[in-house]
Amino acid sequence: MAESVYSKVGGRGAPPVYHHIDPINAYHAAKFGMWLFLATEILLFSVLFTAFAIYNWAYFESFQHAATKLDWKLGGLNTLILLFSSCTAAIAVYKAQINDNQGVVKNFTVSFICGLAFLVIKYFEYSAKYRHGYFPGTELWNSAEFSTQYKNYFGLYYVMTGLHALHVLIGMGVLLWVIFLARRERFSEKYYTPVELAALYWHLVDLIWIFLFPLLYLID
Amino acid sequence: MGAADYQVDEKGHLEKNNYLNCEKGLKSWLFTIDHKRIALLYLGAMILFFLVGGLAAVLIRLHLWSSDSKLLSPDMYNVLFTLHGVLMIFLFIVPGIPAVLGNFLLPLMIGAKDVAFPRLNLFSFWIYLLGALIGFIGLLDPVWLVSKIKGSAIGTWMPLDTGWTFYTPYSTSTGAGSGWGTIIMTFAAFVLGFSSILTGLNFIVTIHRLRAPGLTWFKLPVFVWSLYATSIIQVLATPVVGITLLLLIAEKVLGVGIFDPEKGGDPILYQHFFWFYSHPVVYIMVLPAFGIIGEIIPIFSRKPIFGYSAVVFSSVGIAAVSFIVWAHHMYTAGMSPFSQAFFSATTFGVAIPTAIKVFNWVSTMYKGAISFEAPMLYAMAFVFLFMIAGTTGIFLATLGLDIFYHDTYFVVAHFHYTIQGGAVIGLIAGLHLWFPKITGKMYNKKLAIFAFWLIFIGFNVTFLPQFILGVQGMPRRYAFYIPEFEPMHRLSTIGMFFNAIGYTLALLNLALSWVFSKEKAPANPYKALGLEWQAPSPPPHDNFINTPIVTVGRYDYGKPLEDLGLKGGVSG
Ligand SMILES: [Cu+2]
Repeated sequence: MAESVYSKVGGRGAPPVYHHIDPINAYHAAKFGMWLFLATEILLFSVLFTAFAIYNWAYFESFQHAATKLDWKLGGLNTLILLFSSCTAAIAVYKAQINDNQGVVKNFTVSFICGLAFLVIKYFEYSAKYRHGYFPGTELWNSAEFSTQYKNYFGLYYVMTGLHALHVLIGMGVLLWVIFLARRERFSEKYYTPVELAALYWHLVDLIWIFLFPLLYLID
Repeated sequence: MGAADYQVDEKGHLEKNNYLNCEKGLKSWLFTIDHKRIALLYLGAMILFFLVGGLAAVLIRLHLWSSDSKLLSPDMYNVLFTLHGVLMIFLFIVPGIPAVLGNFLLPLMIGAKDVAFPRLNLFSFWIYLLGALIGFIGLLDPVWLVSKIKGSAIGTWMPLDTGWTFYTPYSTSTGAGSGWGTIIMTFAAFVLGFSSILTGLNFIVTIHRLRAPGLTWFKLPVFVWSLYATSIIQVLATPVVGITLLLLIAEKVLGVGIFDPEKGGDPILYQHFFWFYSHPVVYIMVLPAFGIIGEIIPIFSRKPIFGYSAVVFSSVGIAAVSFIVWAHHMYTAGMSPFSQAFFSATTFGVAIPTAIKVFNWVSTMYKGAISFEAPMLYAMAFVFLFMIAGTTGIFLATLGLDIFYHDTYFVVAHFHYTIQGGAVIGLIAGLHLWFPKITGKMYNKKLAIFAFWLIFIGFNVTFLPQFILGVQGMPRRYAFYIPEFEPMHRLSTIGMFFNAIGYTLALLNLALSWVFSKEKAPANPYKALGLEWQAPSPPPHDNFINTPIVTVGRYDYGKPLEDLGLKGGVSG
């Protein structure tokens, strides 16, 4: 009997109709909610940054030395890839605002492929670490010559980059969903909330990496 | 659905087509996006966990009846206080008031039809249930149980026994059973944190964007302000504990050293991260209760709230200060004297906004026409109990004293005065106050008052002796104690019985009145001001039949009823 909150699904390009909020307010509410969510994400990583800062201070020389074991070239390449993908994500929002759904599809697809490339490179980095024995469970890792301070550095490295990679993966899922909607001509100058939110999230993923890269790779 | 579909009687009761019966069937409840139904879903789940956690408390206190009790093995004792703490904190009182009364009332109080993101609201509830499920699995050490069935079990069955704080290095090195308990349980707390964050986020956006026209920030109900302050803490503090718990898991699974000194980590760092969340979380529990008390006292004193803006700013002030006091839990854990002095001073600072609130409540009652109905009794008990909680908090914030009181029953008593005497009493007070709005029925008033006295007396008899035990040096979390402590422990156990019976009676009274009472509640049984009392009881799916109009302020009591538009019945 009671009407659903989403009584009518908005048609092509029209914003969805809600019973409790008008479309313009819904847009602002969604964006505000997204910013709050991004704030929680930043806080999440800031704890890891704090932990890293404390141990970097406590085990300064080991951390300096351990950082040289990372491949700063691959890390730098990944930084460039993510920066570029952030650009295309921003362009996608602009395309949605000028009613160009195909533009959204193209630009988000580029961002998506960049994300994939990032993960592939990350995979090569991880497997190289594994071969060298800087990975939990390997022979070198378990031996006495691999100091606890090294384990600490690499432990934080895996937790931080691993959690970030998980965010990349989630971001790619979100991009895929928006691409799917854009292919069905869902967006217009009147309704582009999902495009903008997805792009915001993708920028955050990029931003966190921009802090991670110098912290982990370039401290020596 | 138009206004013609609703037949509100002259008292404002809505029999048909209200939110409770407009849709039928289990599915219409489990997948509802109506904030009022979601509130009731939370309530049902939370009461269940409250009862299980309460049962654990009963067993603990029974065990402590004699100094060398054989009722529980020491291991089982540890398991039970862990179960009690985890259930009561993570599953009951942290979601607590915001998830139930906040969800139900926030849109009604600001004249909205729902929260900003109704589907996210339902999602939060499902995450909460998922977290609860994972939590129970973690508590019960299922990996060992499974291996037992397969016949490959090592050691004995050992459910989680770390206490609710999961302190390292014990929590990452404990061989409790299979050793998986901590991992699963902390992951559950992480999942529950998500639910908390999403609810907080939803409320903040709702308060910012869905207020009825004309309802400016400084006309908001104090309960809404307290929800706002709470939500900010939920959003800002929860991620910190979330990632800390994930680090705990990483340490255990990957063997990386972050908190375990043997692996090059620092256990004190865990405590810092943990309390950075877990101190503010005390205010997540208790700030909404402040708000409820701020609503009840003006209604039953028939007086405007005293110092509205002071109440509002003290709520926000408490939320702000709560982020810089966390290390007062760690005076004895190893800290520089400077840090100790800093955290001691900031903790004293919390007393200022809290005292402002107490002054405001008492001044509101001063020379008021007080009627001692159940919600008002709970509210007055709250003020009394919270003053004890606050002043003993000052003892614990004082460096020299805390060295002595740390990890004794003094802390246990202080904590329960804050959380049970504060948050739980506040929740029960609110459930009574808004019961007619939520259910459209009236509870049995005599029974409610009787249950109140059982709770109030039982509570004090349980926990006042624990202050004395603490001063005498009885450490917390001990399964055995020296015979000299026996009389006080017995007194405490006797009090627990009255307390437990009181809660059971109060909840039964509400539940049975809802099912069996024939008394139809009017829209505004207390002749109260405020938007939620303009909606019919129970409200329809859209909350208001006609868009509510704010003509008088929420706290404009003390004028003739005619001037307030309250003479006679109040229609929806
Ligand atoms: Cu504290």
